[in-house]
This record gives sequence, C-alpha cells and structure tokens, in this order.
Amino acid sequence: MSDHTHAHGDHGHHDHDDGYHASTKGYVVGFVLSVILTAIPFWLVMGNVFENSNTTAFIILGFAAVQIVVHMIYFLHMNSKVEGGWSMLALIFTVLIVVIMLAGSIWVMYHLNYNMMPGMMHDAPHNQLPAAAPHMGHGTQP
Amino acid sequence: MSDITATSHGALSGAADEARYYVHEHHPEHSTLLGFWIYLMSDCLIFASLFAVYAVLGRSYAGGPTGAELFDLNLVAINTAFLLLSSITYGMAMIAAQNKDLGKTRVWLAITGLFGAAFLAVELYEFHHLWHEGATPQTSAFLSSFFTLVGTHGLHVTFGIIWLITLMVQLGKHGLIPENRRRLMCLSMFWHFLDVVWIGVFTFVYLMGVLP
Repeated sequence: MSDHTHAHGDHGHHDHDDGYHASTKGYVVGFVLSVILTAIPFWLVMGNVFENSNTTAFIILGFAAVQIVVHMIYFLHMNSKVEGGWSMLALIFTVLIVVIMLAGSIWVMYHLNYNMMPGMMHDAPHNQLPAAAPHMGHGTQP
Repeated sequence: MSDITATSHGALSGAADEARYYVHEHHPEHSTLLGFWIYLMSDCLIFASLFAVYAVLGRSYAGGPTGAELFDLNLVAINTAFLLLSSITYGMAMIAAQNKDLGKTRVWLAITGLFGAAFLAVELYEFHHLWHEGATPQTSAFLSSFFTLVGTHGLHVTFGIIWLITLMVQLGKHGLIPENRRRLMCLSMFWHFLDVVWIGVFTFVYLMGVLP
C-alpha cells in the first residue's frame, strides 16, 4: 500500500517537472490530419460534388466533428489523465450542455416556426381582408 | 488527488514541513491550468449559444442578401489556412519552450502572432466588404447573428494576439521562468481552442451557408 502511494506520488512529481509531453511529431500529425479534414469539406462544397445539399451538409458536419476531436487530442493534449481526469470531466459536461442547448434550440425553434405558420398569415388578413372575415379578429386590435 | 498522496507520503515520513512543501509546490500550477480549462469551457458555452442563435436565424434573410450571395469561400479558405498554420507554429513555440530555447520560442510566437494578425486582417477586409455592399447587422436576422458569431470569434483572436505580445515582452524580460511557462500553456490552450471554434464557424456558417 505504502509502495503504491509512493509510486503514484513520484509519478505525479515527474509529470509535473515535464509539465506536458508535446512532441514535434504529435503536432505535425495533428496538422496534416487537420489540413486533410479541412480540405475535403471545402472541396465538397466548392466543387459541388454532391447534388443533394443535405448529403453535403451531413458529411461536412461529420468532418468538422472528427477535426475537433483531432485538435483536442493533438493540439490541446486532451486525455483522460490530464489534471487527474477533471479536465475530461469538465469537457464531457460542457459537451453534454452544448448538445442539449444546440439540439434543443434547433428542435424547439423549428417546431415553433412550423406551428406558427398560420400565425404568420395573421398580419396579412388584418391589413387586406378586414371586411371579408371580421369574425377572425382576435379582439386584440382596435 | 496528488495532493492527498503527497500529504500522506509526508505524514508517513513524519515531516510536516515536507508535506507542506509538496502541497505548495503542487497546488498552484494544477489549479491554474484546470481553472483556465474551465474558463475555456464556459467560453465554449458562449459560442454554443451564438451557434444556436445562428442555427435558428441563419436562414431569415428578410429579403436581404443570402449567405450564398455574400460569402467568398476562397477568402474563408485562406483564413482557415492562416489559423491552422498559427496553430502548428504555436506548437513549435511550445516545443522550443520545452527545450528551454528562449530565442526559438520567441521567434515561433512572433510567427504565430503574424498569422493571427493576417487572419484578423482578412476577416476585417471581409467585414468591410460586406458593410460596403450594404450587408450590415441591421439588414436581417441572418446578418445580425452572423456578425455576432464571427465577430465574437474575431474579438477572441484580437485578445489572443494582445496576450501573445504581452507574453513575448514578459519572456524577453524574465526568460522561461515557471510563471512564463504556465502562461505559455494557458495561451496555448486559448489559441488552440479558438482554432476549434473556427472549425465550427467555417463549417456551419460559411460552407453550409453557401449550400443551395
């Protein structure tokens, strides 16, 4: 038990002296990967490779997600051991919140737009057909 | 976690001073980097909310110009290249700092700053161009959210460059002392984080904006 804690402490200390384990190779690999992952989406869009916009959109979003992971690993040196795992925990929590916020906003606002479609016509009848459909007034307008 | 093990290690050897030494040595740097990371995560939430706004309003043109009419992807590609290059040059600066090479560190930092400034120049040129064409934030909800999102990122890059210059001055004054190495680490996270946000911007705003 004592040996175990000892080893842990030593390891922590050693880690600390180095601070980080950046290597030229890691940065170069990350850079090459991100150049590829950037070039392909630009090519897909600028070259009009796919007829269907939705296909292109999903593919480039996929590339963006992969590139973000690449940057996290090779440039931000993110792994489950940094800061005893607390960085990773904060990251996971943030990703969770971001996903809820983005997906929730898009979902809610899309349905709002969809359900409010007849409501959008409200302004038009008020101005154009006040006499034709007087019973449609909601009583809010004088 | 390492604090606890260090303390128990000290208690085992029966030297309270040693334990205190370990705690003092260990704590500050850890908490700075973790704290800075948590700041970045909160920044991430700001950007996420701006992305959500853009996702909701990005197609509300109000009869004004659309993204497909306004965006010049060649310009965006150049901008992306600048930011990517600045990321790897910052990495080189970190490696130079790791090898305790002050001169190289400052040179690579200067190159990083130049790429960052080039990125900002292209972005300002683009904004100026849009403004000139009458595509101002007041034109439509799409342009309001566009300028807010891309402008916030640009502001972050601006402050990153100010920080970078400050750090270069500090490095010139004090060399690669532990404090400066810690600052280098923090700016490294900040700079690479901005690059990560830019991935979202060029994909979601520019590339998807020009899709028919």
